[in-house]
Amino acid sequence: MNIVVLIKLVPDLVEELTIDSGGAGLDLTFARWIINEFDDHALEQGILLKERHGGTVTVVAPDLEGADDVLFTAAAKDADRLIKVKGDFTMANNHALARAFSAIIKDLQADLILTGVQAHNDLDGSAGPLLAECLQLPYVGYVSGVAVNDGKSTIRKEYPGGLLAEMEVALPTVLGIQAAEQPPRYVAVSKVRQAMKTSSIEELDASDLNPDGAAEIGRMFQPEAAAHAEMIEGSPEEVSAKLVGLFKELGVL
Amino acid sequence: MSATDVMTERSFYAKVLEATPSGERLRLCLECGNCSGICPFGYLMLYPPSRMIAMMRADRINKVVETDTVWMCVSCYACTAVCPSKIPLTPGLMAGIKEELILAGNVPAELQSALANSQRYGNPQGESPRKRADWTLGIQPEVRIMAKHKQSVDVLWFVGDYASYHPRVQAATKALAKVLNALGVDFGILGPDETSDGDSQRLAGERGLFEMLAEKNGKALGRYQFNQIITTDPHAYNAIKNEYPALGISYPVQHYTEFLAERIDVLKLLMKQQISAKITYHDPCYLGRANGIFDPPRDLLCAIPGVELVEMTHNHTNSLCCGGGGGGMWLDGFQWEKAHVRLSDWRVREAMNAGADVLAVACPYETPRFEDAAKTMPGAEALKVRDIAELLAEALGV
Repeated sequence: MNIVVLIKLVPDLVEELTIDSGGAGLDLTFARWIINEFDDHALEQGILLKERHGGTVTVVAPDLEGADDVLFTAAAKDADRLIKVKGDFTMANNHALARAFSAIIKDLQADLILTGVQAHNDLDGSAGPLLAECLQLPYVGYVSGVAVNDGKSTIRKEYPGGLLAEMEVALPTVLGIQAAEQPPRYVAVSKVRQAMKTSSIEELDASDLNPDGAAEIGRMFQPEAAAHAEMIEGSPEEVSAKLVGLFKELGVL
Repeated sequence: MSATDVMTERSFYAKVLEATPSGERLRLCLECGNCSGICPFGYLMLYPPSRMIAMMRADRINKVVETDTVWMCVSCYACTAVCPSKIPLTPGLMAGIKEELILAGNVPAELQSALANSQRYGNPQGESPRKRADWTLGIQPEVRIMAKHKQSVDVLWFVGDYASYHPRVQAATKALAKVLNALGVDFGILGPDETSDGDSQRLAGERGLFEMLAEKNGKALGRYQFNQIITTDPHAYNAIKNEYPALGISYPVQHYTEFLAERIDVLKLLMKQQISAKITYHDPCYLGRANGIFDPPRDLLCAIPGVELVEMTHNHTNSLCCGGGGGGMWLDGFQWEKAHVRLSDWRVREAMNAGADVLAVACPYETPRFEDAAKTMPGAEALKVRDIAELLAEALGV
């Protein structure tokens, strides 16, 4: 089985975020990039499937600072092929990312394409469904378990309220991983360093970073303090009487 | 996984030998069992040190790697201190077997995140490395950060992770800065250039991570001119003194209590405030047992006007562990599940039994651990936990 894991790098929230002078985006000049947490789960799920069914895991990541570390760490976890997509991804939205990655993933002839269900910088929808659209493949999101047999996958999908659905999806397909079946594994630094010596990163050019189709961002701003809550004091009777009065005043009663 | 499938007595022994000075003494075990007896959590380990060596000799070390009770080890050095064959049990055997567990993926989740944070941010808490010197805000004269100061200093103060970031420990860090200022010491810190000393990560079995962190510190230290290093943290002291030289990073280093004890005459002249209290002192594992520094902290306490020093049942080489070493700081949940007791509780009980008003400490792991224990232990509410630096600052009135 040929598994492809798509990894997004996102600004690390350990560092404070600032808005750029244009007021419609982040100032990413000094951003530190980190693997999107859900993509780490997608990678773990890919490795788990490889351990169960054999096959290969190919990891694809955009060329941002830290991409090499992310890819070599994936190799230390037993990923087989590492691809870094070259291009200026600093400001690329998910529409651009999906178009660029789909061109590369098409050639990989994947049976299963795994990616995180979301990322904190998804301002134009999550990457998975956009990628599936570009590839004309089915997509299932919020996946927390995958089994594969006879060219089909059985997916466990999470719904709000603690509901789970199990569904069959024909391969190839794109899955948005909510959680891998076990937490992403830790790999010792010695293993990562070994992977840096023994594995290599292929560099492929992004054909096109076309952001069209996304909603335009009017303004980006830090949360602003608005009017404060009014505390109603008094005995329970007094408080309820005041509340009723307030509701009538506001026209909801 | 592959790493453990192939592990044999020979390969494990070779690994310990490579990673640990005197590692070959592992062959000299008499099976006396002292190590397993003195281990504070030995009764919970399926394979305490002596049994582990027996398993190694029987070429069944793989069985040990399949268990998880090795993670009860807090690297307190008690086993190493009592071994009649002088086997480096803590850094050799225990850290060696933990390394095998890590390679096999047998790592409790909370430890995993501390290790991953150390890799990425250079501190186990996952704090921003850019904020490492934020604690210095408001201290006068200003604490000099080497990258900005651009001049040589006499003393390079290696502050450490908990002393830099932990809100409670920061109070002790600020106190030490004030004490150094009061003594007119010409000192600077690395600030954002400083990385975790890595010692506890090493003793938790992540030797590769330790080397990576040490290399980063080596590079940072190499950029500046200074005569000596002092550390807040006994673990940093242990790493810089005993482990860094093998990696080509070699500087004279003192724990802050040693450094201050050498200036005790000046301190005595400056200390005006009386602290009328019965104080007991907890020997940190990596200051006392591992490095033989017992007197300087006690000398400092006795120099404070009004202090009466009392000893707990376990003191000096026989001191108890706070439970934070060797990864213990990052295994609280795991160890609680196994033990339903905390080593810090035990220590706080001893401090109460000694009739102490104050439990004095000299390691950044200890203040929060003992304060938490004192909060939850009936009768210990009045016990105050103070870093020696805080007591000195109070006596100096700074």
